[in-house]
Parts: sequence; structure tokens; C-alpha cells
Amino acid sequence: MTRFQWYGEGIPGVDLSALCGKLVVIEGADSVGRSTQICMLRDWLESRGHAVFDTGLTRSELTQEGLDQAKSGHTLGRKTMSLFYATDFADRLENQIIPALRAGYYVLSDRYFYSVCARDTVRGADPKWLEGVYGFALKPDLVLYLKADVEALIPRTLYGKGFSYWESGMDLALGVDLLDGFKIYQSRVIKELNGMSERFDWVTVDATRDPDAIFRDLQRAIDPILVPTPVGTP
Amino acid sequence: MDTGALVQDEKRGMLIIVEGIDGSGKSTQIHLLHRWLVSEGYGVFFSEWNSSPLVKGTTKLGKKRKVLTPTTFSLIAATDFADRTEHEIIPALKAGAIVLADRYAYTAYARDVARGVPRSWVRNLYDFSVKPDIAMYFRVPLEVSLDRILTGRAQIKYYEAGMDIGLSTDVRESFKLFQERIMREYDNMVDEFGLTVIDGTRSIEEQQAEVRRIVSHKLAENHGVLGELKGDQVGRISIRRIEANS
Repeated sequence: MTRFQWYGEGIPGVDLSALCGKLVVIEGADSVGRSTQICMLRDWLESRGHAVFDTGLTRSELTQEGLDQAKSGHTLGRKTMSLFYATDFADRLENQIIPALRAGYYVLSDRYFYSVCARDTVRGADPKWLEGVYGFALKPDLVLYLKADVEALIPRTLYGKGFSYWESGMDLALGVDLLDGFKIYQSRVIKELNGMSERFDWVTVDATRDPDAIFRDLQRAIDPILVPTPVGTP
Repeated sequence: MDTGALVQDEKRGMLIIVEGIDGSGKSTQIHLLHRWLVSEGYGVFFSEWNSSPLVKGTTKLGKKRKVLTPTTFSLIAATDFADRTEHEIIPALKAGAIVLADRYAYTAYARDVARGVPRSWVRNLYDFSVKPDIAMYFRVPLEVSLDRILTGRAQIKYYEAGMDIGLSTDVRESFKLFQERIMREYDNMVDEFGLTVIDGTRSIEEQQAEVRRIVSHKLAENHGVLGELKGDQVGRISIRRIEANS
């Protein structure tokens, strides 16, 4: 049975010894291919007989509307936004992730608070303060970092979702247009993520290759933490 | 304390806050203080607790659906407070106003910790808050506060009574136990934050006299800066607004 730990003071009233699932986080910049990999990981884990819960793709019920409004109106200050995102994360952690872990699920989290911190730091937040704020977070069993440089991200974004205001850091007025902004902003975010990957001991995978090659690396990384499955399972 | 957007020598105004459990009489006192300062000709800005328009909706939703936990409740209140700090308090102080607040970061330190949230964590959360020039803690015995609240009101709401932390299945009993915990946290904070304790068992007039003494003393120290904003113009406009709202 895994012994989970908090990053700091943790959340009051949660019995860590009752959590018997696994928490796997997939981190990486926008459009790096996390969703694709999570789908493949999910199929694979389910085929092995594990119950899987994936999160991060939906916002918390509590903060969704407020955050959407805030993002469309651009009216909240930076500290406020940081705390609003922290509320969102805490809500998902307490109401989705932890209950799933208690039920023995493998939780695949599309990003964790790391990306939020990276974005906040690029916007001028104090990293030490953020570290304190996220002291309530649970330490994952494993963090898989899909690493890619900005040049690799450009075609994936351009021919995928397209460039957008927030993902191009336009609120920071970094570039003359969405592409310019994207290059500068994403480079800064990637720099923060790279730093975190070392500090927090992530498993880094080269995400500039084709999905299958990436997936094989992820499988290899997850393998050591998998609970052995009954005989007869692929 | 990291104030982010406010550097100490940029701050031209004065921040005065009141704290205390429900029924301690603090709201009455700060209201009287507000009127007095305006009548004296000062520019006054009143910042309301839980007033951020964007965060209000989220808080309401969370309370209605009963999905708030001690951690998320604390974070939402901090988000609201950050919005007020960034949008109201800091600009007003920079402009030289006297900013009044009924409840401040200390409410979070007392109430959130009473819910079980770690002390060090919640204090770091409010790291960005502006340090008040005057922080008054209105202290009354628990029974007095409870009496004032419980006789007045028919209904105490779920989170207000601390029902979420399971102190009691009876709302009024839960409320009493919750307020008791909060009060203990306040008492323990007096030395930590240099709160000025006001004896709330005295008459309203006696308390207000003490409040005015404390504030006058501080104003005299800062006379040079705030004196610039004193003037009949400002006072008259503000009095009219207060009278229209009362």
C-alpha cells in the first residue's frame, strides 16, 4: 500500500493511510500532447484491470463559472487570479482526486498545480509564496513530464486549437501578435517547468517524437509503480 | 509582509480595521467612527468583507451546494480579500484615503484555524495584505456575544454555525462551540499581531470615545500627509452619501 505524503501542511481531516490508489500526473506545455497520451494510458491501464479516473480536463464545479468570467473580462488582479486557481485546484483535489484515490483508482491528472505555478511565476508571482500556498497539495506517485521546445509546439498549436490570448501571454503584452507572444510566453513557462522537473524529480520524456514512441517511454516509467495484476491479463 | 503593489512610502493614507466575533459590537463602532471621520472632513473609504463581485458568486454557489471544505472556504475568502486589496484598498491608500474595514485578515486566521486549517498555511496565504495602522479587537465574554446574536436572529446559516466541521448536530450548539473556538484564536493573536484590545462590555459611547482617542492620536502623528485631504468639500459630499444610504 502506498504511503502518500503532503507537500506541506496538507488538508485537514484527510486520512492518508486510507488512500490506496495511485496518482500519476502528466505535465507539459500547452499543445504538447498530454491529452493524446492520457487517452492511451487510460486504455492501457483499464485493459490491465485497473480503474482509471482522469481529471484536469474539466474545471471544478465550484470555480468554473467564476474563472471563465474572470478570464473573459480580464478584470482580476494577479494575486486574486493566483488564489482563484488555488481554490480551483484545492476543490478538485479534495472532491475528485482524493475520493478516487480512496476508492483505489489510478488517477491520471492532466497537469497538477505545477503548471499553475509556472504560469503565475511568469506573471510575477513570488515562487516562495506559491510554494506555501500549495502546501495543501498531495505528492503524486509519479510525474511524467512531456518536454518539448517552443518550436515543436508551434505547428501543434497552429494546426490544432489555434493560438489564443492566454496561451500567448497577451495579458503580459509580450509580443506584437499571437505567434510572437506564444514564442516568448511559452519559452518562459517551459523554463519554469524544466526547473520544477529537476526540483521535484519528474520523469522527463522527449515529447517531440511520434505519439507511440512517447507512449512506450511513459509505459516504462509507470511500470515500477503498477500493482501486479491477476494472471491472464495482457 | 509582502504588499506587492504597495511600497511603504507610496502609502499616503491610513488603514484602520476592527475585529471580533459576531455580536462583539465592532460593526457599530466602526460605523460611528466612519461618520465621525467624515464629519471631521477626512476622505474615508469603507471596504466590505466578502464583497468582491466576481468571487461572491463562487462563494454563494459553494455555500448553497455545501461543497466548501475548510481549505476551499479559506482559499475563496483569501481570493475575495486579494481582489479587495488589489482593487480597492491599495489604490485608496495610495490616494491618501482613510480606509476602514470591518473584519480583515485576522478573521481568516481565527475562523479558518477554528475549522482546522493549519495556522502557518493561512498566514502565508495573506502574506500580501497591507498591515493596518490600527487594528482593534473588540472583546466581550462569549455569553454576551451569543446573547446578542441568538436573541436577534431566527436562523443561523450552515457554514456560519460551523456545521461543516461537525461540532454538534444542533445548529445553535454548533454555533456556540464554533464561536468559542474562534474567540480563543483571536485571544492568542493579540500579542502576535499587536492588536489593540477594546473592552466591549462598556457602553457604546464609552467605547466610541476610546476608539476616537486612539484614532485621533494616530492622525496627529500623520497630520502632514492626511491633512492635505481634509477639507469641507470632501466631508460634505461624504456625509450626504451616508445619509442617503441610512
